[in-house]
Amino acid sequence: MNSMNTDNTNTGGIRIEGLRKVYGKDDSAVVALKNVNLVVAPGEVVGLVGPSGSGKSTLLKCLGAIIEPTSGRMTLGEDVIYDNGWQVPDLRALRRDRIGFIFQAPYLIPFLDVTDNVALLPMLAGVGNAAARSRALELLTALDVQHRAKAEPSQLSGGEQQRASIARALANRPPVILADEPTAPLDSERALGVMRILNQMAVRANTAIIVVTHDEKIIPTFKRIYHIRDGQTVEEAGEGRSLD
Amino acid sequence: MISLAGRDILHGWGKFALTGLGLGLLIGVTLTMAGVYRGMVDDAQALLTNSQADLWVVQKDTQGPYAEASSIKDDVVRSVRGMPGVATAANVTYLTMQVQRADGVEARTMVVGVEPGQPGAPGYLVAGRQLTRNHYEAVADIKTGLKLGDAVRLRRHSYTVVGLTQRMVSSGGDPMLFVPLKDAQEAQFLKDNDTIVNDRTRTAANPAFNRPGVPGLLDAVQNLQTSSHNVNAVLVQLQPGWRADEVADSLKRWKHVQVYTRAGMEEILVAKLIATSAKQIGMFLAILAVVSAAIVAFIIYTMTLGKIREIAVLKLIGTRNMTIASMILQQALGLGLIGFMVGKIVATLWAPIFPKYVLLTTSDAITGLVATMLICALASTLAIRAALKVDPAEAIG
Repeated sequence: MNSMNTDNTNTGGIRIEGLRKVYGKDDSAVVALKNVNLVVAPGEVVGLVGPSGSGKSTLLKCLGAIIEPTSGRMTLGEDVIYDNGWQVPDLRALRRDRIGFIFQAPYLIPFLDVTDNVALLPMLAGVGNAAARSRALELLTALDVQHRAKAEPSQLSGGEQQRASIARALANRPPVILADEPTAPLDSERALGVMRILNQMAVRANTAIIVVTHDEKIIPTFKRIYHIRDGQTVEEAGEGRSLD
Repeated sequence: MISLAGRDILHGWGKFALTGLGLGLLIGVTLTMAGVYRGMVDDAQALLTNSQADLWVVQKDTQGPYAEASSIKDDVVRSVRGMPGVATAANVTYLTMQVQRADGVEARTMVVGVEPGQPGAPGYLVAGRQLTRNHYEAVADIKTGLKLGDAVRLRRHSYTVVGLTQRMVSSGGDPMLFVPLKDAQEAQFLKDNDTIVNDRTRTAANPAFNRPGVPGLLDAVQNLQTSSHNVNAVLVQLQPGWRADEVADSLKRWKHVQVYTRAGMEEILVAKLIATSAKQIGMFLAILAVVSAAIVAFIIYTMTLGKIREIAVLKLIGTRNMTIASMILQQALGLGLIGFMVGKIVATLWAPIFPKYVLLTTSDAITGLVATMLICALASTLAIRAALKVDPAEAIG
């Protein structure tokens, strides 16, 4: 892995306090999240684990500003983004500039080459084409996929695609990255490789990373784990197994 | 900013090109239909222009000779020639009939009886010479398939093609065959021998026409019955400085005939004679426009549905709705543009092989392009609506 040339400018990580999400109203109301409390410091990678239907996806959507929580408070860096109501005027811009997403499958845009898949985010944020592509190449080099920069996503191996998607998540230097089952389709060796990259990236970019997973291969690598059951989080110390 | 639409098109250019080709063939048919209508109008105008007439004198209370049957005596022309403002006047007959070429193939033609050198005769030739004899010569439009020296049979007589002309067609697009007036009158008005014999017998048996005390009456009646001294119209050219309306009014008042100016005849040919055909073509154009819109809408909608996950990812990472809508709109317009270019090319290629004249005009092409773009923009709304409804959460699952 090349030395990661990412700016270490993010501060504050993410803090969730008393987050609650209820779907529906009155008799048909379903409480998905009861009382979620979660803190992830910059440079830290934490796991969020729980059985199906425990509220993992709902929490991820709330954190990703895709759905609105019912109540609670969320702080991103030093900014309160939710306090019983959104505190930011443009959620789309919030997702674009301050939250990185890594999906279970890479979901790269098939009609853009790898460089433009990564450069698209800075471009959407108003960065010029040349600067955005330069940033993309920087990240692809850091993640060791620069040799596939001009290739189409379909020409990449699964591991290369996942690294390109990590580069995309980092493109706008977000203070927090939400990874949804990023190792699910990978074998043990590659899954650990992805976790190694995420840990390096978190430290070097000073980014808080939340990994939603039920992948037994990678759970031992977390130093801290949040278990979510019946809409509530319980913090636990992880094994913090070495990835070297 | 990257052109998402352009990249998507380039990524799946094969599928896009084939779809554009299919749409293009449909647009080609649409442009051709418009060309068929334009060709009909142009044929009508060519007919009037080629007759070289300023006025058409026809049977009273008819809209002849092209839209309705008209029959006037061939001596009317003499009194017309004597009217103030008339430079020349000539009899003319028109008869649509199947003629048989030497190779046995039949061609539908409009046989025109003309007086050589007078209005109504072909204005120019592409080969051979004009009619110079009073019988058994013909000048043919090249679309008849006849060649110089070919023999062609009309009723009882055979005619030799001595000249070839071009773009001389009836309002229905049938190529013209010019023959001397006398022959044309015979072909149009003279009955066959058996019918003449029968008619003579029938007339002779009628005591009103066969009176013992009136010798010569039966012969006179029978001569009248076999008379072919009728024509369909008199074509008039005016002297310089005379207004067509003025001379037409004068002719109508004194000669008890119907007279049409060029504008009046155009009105009959374009607004009346081909009005039903124009409406028919208009209906086709409307249906083709709706079918094109439905096809574009279906294709763009299907293409969009195939990209739901990508659209969800784009929305999740902060792409504005406007950018996504613009991508779909650009693809629809791109498809329309490819379709239009293909359509224009195929219409240009296949127009000459149509049996009737197909006139593809630049103004129709521009109108077609604008209509295609509008239809594509309209058709993309369904796909845009579907794309804007995509929940970014679909990227997460």
